[in-house]
Amino acid sequence: MANEISDTTMEKSFYQVSTNKYNGILSWLLTKDHKRIAIMYFITIMFFFLVGVILGVLMRLELLSPGHKLMGAQAYNSLFTLHGVIMIFLFIIPGMPAIFGNFFLPIQIGARDVAFPRLNLLSYYIYVVGAILALVSLFLPGGPIDTGWTFYIPYSVRTTSNVSLTIFAAFILGFSSILTGINFITTTHRLRAPGITFFKMPLFVWATYATAWIQVIATPVIGITILLVIIERFFGVGIFDPALGGDPILYEHMFWIYSHPAVYIMILPPMGVISEIIPTFCRRTIFGYKAIAMSSLAIAFIGYLVWGHHMFTSGQSDTARWIFSLLTFLVALPSGVKIFNWVATMYKGSIDPQPPFLWVMSFIFLFSIGGLTGLVLGALGLNVHVHGTYFVVAHFHYVMFGGAGTIFFAAIHYWFPKMFGRMYNIKFARISVLLFFIGFNLLYFPKFIMGYMGMPRRYFDYLPIFTPYQRVSTFGSWILAGTIFFIIGYLIHALFKGEKAKSNPWGGVTLEWHISSPPPMENFYVIPTITHDPYDFSQLKEMKND
Amino acid sequence: MINHQETITNSGNVNLDVHRDDIGAKMGMWLFLFTEVLLFGGMFLVYAVYRYKYPDQFHLAAMELNTNIGTLNTIILLTSSLTVAISISALQKGSRVISLIMLSATLILAIMFLVNKYFEWTTKFEHGIFPGSKELLNKPNGQILFFGLYFVMTGLHALHVIIGMVVLTFMLVFIVKKSVTSDNCIKLENSGLYWHLVDLIWIFLFPLFYLIQ
Repeated sequence: MANEISDTTMEKSFYQVSTNKYNGILSWLLTKDHKRIAIMYFITIMFFFLVGVILGVLMRLELLSPGHKLMGAQAYNSLFTLHGVIMIFLFIIPGMPAIFGNFFLPIQIGARDVAFPRLNLLSYYIYVVGAILALVSLFLPGGPIDTGWTFYIPYSVRTTSNVSLTIFAAFILGFSSILTGINFITTTHRLRAPGITFFKMPLFVWATYATAWIQVIATPVIGITILLVIIERFFGVGIFDPALGGDPILYEHMFWIYSHPAVYIMILPPMGVISEIIPTFCRRTIFGYKAIAMSSLAIAFIGYLVWGHHMFTSGQSDTARWIFSLLTFLVALPSGVKIFNWVATMYKGSIDPQPPFLWVMSFIFLFSIGGLTGLVLGALGLNVHVHGTYFVVAHFHYVMFGGAGTIFFAAIHYWFPKMFGRMYNIKFARISVLLFFIGFNLLYFPKFIMGYMGMPRRYFDYLPIFTPYQRVSTFGSWILAGTIFFIIGYLIHALFKGEKAKSNPWGGVTLEWHISSPPPMENFYVIPTITHDPYDFSQLKEMKND
Repeated sequence: MINHQETITNSGNVNLDVHRDDIGAKMGMWLFLFTEVLLFGGMFLVYAVYRYKYPDQFHLAAMELNTNIGTLNTIILLTSSLTVAISISALQKGSRVISLIMLSATLILAIMFLVNKYFEWTTKFEHGIFPGSKELLNKPNGQILFFGLYFVMTGLHALHVIIGMVVLTFMLVFIVKKSVTSDNCIKLENSGLYWHLVDLIWIFLFPLFYLIQ
């Protein structure tokens, strides 16, 4: 492959070449280049991530000791709702596809851009509009939304807080997500370079592709559900109002028909990133390529049919409950397939424990806890006991933050030199993985215990018996938040003062490592013809690294 | 056809606009239509649940809808699908004038549809039937839901008619300005697809609301 890919090192990077007639700030704001759009997403999404982190830290601070300390019940309600809405709709759903998918999906399939560059820019602005509306809704009279991120009926119709505007923002963000999904599916089908058949695509492309399908299939359902809540608030049609013959449980069904598949929107792209990182740092082709690729599709498919497990206690027939329970256990299988294949890839590999790889190690530990406690929650009898407690909160954070969030940082550390052309301080990066791991477990593990003891979620106050656990948890939140700011600190430092990165600092073989760091405008001067398998490390010797 | 030539302008900037892929554009449009079907799918799901729960009251409530106007609107919308299809074929075969006439006919039919819809809704309002009205709230629950769904679903559909009209108006301008031509008419084709979808949804709405008497 290497000899077909022309030398791009002499070309200017995409930072130096404008894609439109403007220079300066407009060359960014009106760009159609997928890499520049990815960087704009990166900055915006990181901003909202930090807002979400600060809200989380404030919640933990209130829970440091029992009683009304920092804030009352109403403020706490708004805080956990905003933390959820921001982290889910503004950070973790768009995070992976919009930043890393945008940047690396076209490069990994040997394309110059996505299929619809203009639509790509539009998706970004729709995201920004949605984010601004969500922020504006905080400051309007009526007060910030206090329903929890699930917007459950009937409270979301009856409360006087600014529900309509916030959920309308979620509706708009859904639009952005759909358009990105459509763009990626079409890109994958139409723009693969000669020689890249579906089974020669890197696994990150597979994962992003499967995610794009979920985005397209699931998001419209939340769109119509949100519209119905808004219509209900303004016109009182009665679709979810039992007094008029409607059914509030129907809302829960429609909400989770989207929101369960949405957790796979959050976790599938990270799983793709892992499938990139592990072969690179083991110098070994991925074990079970087809099994991993197919398990992404299996997760996308089965994940669509398990939503009822969020509603075991809200009034379903027993038949529905055991069917949903069974399907929930089934969806664990493809996830297990992935974990075992990753571990098998490491076997007899020549492992180079660089920071991205350490993040992945941390992931496997945290995600296994998250995944296994998911099975606890999927079992009907146990679910009734721990439903609506901290146990669910802990499980969710282990899967989403310990899983998707950890790999978000892994992806940053893996691709930072490629995206920005600079290398960060490896020693700091190694330390931060450890600190993150310690802080994370201190923060969330006590929640499993508290949940099992019966501490309900979403309470701003608690019985004194929980005090030691809550203290440990809050202490962990300080370590975790501190580590996150530390990471951002050394990355920003690297951006300006870091060493110039080589084109292939880790010894990866997928297409992005064949071009210079940062990539040139349009990625490839000549569209490459691919003959190797995606993780064939025999080509490493022929590859340039400067 | 993938035709991706890069043109580097004098200033050294790269122009990405030349990339053209008609099959890709159509694929993207079909995916988008798929999401529209799912959006309305959510509504049809709600309809199915309540129709199952209150079959008799849905039947009674449907008696109050005017089947004649509904039928007329069905004919109008089906005809508009025909005219938009003719408009596309005409442009592909090189007759811009016929294409423009047919596209205008589509827009006129769309306006006729909306005018009918307006009279239909206002008649309901005059009879005191609108969400939250005293008249409606005195009816049994099944009928409240029927009319609630009627207004939400036909309203959402009408919104799509309006969006479709905006899109088709743009196409009209593009054809006049010759940026949509016989050998570059993917935009018109995709707009036509959207219009057919609007039509298709109505074909399901019509029997579900007007023909269950």
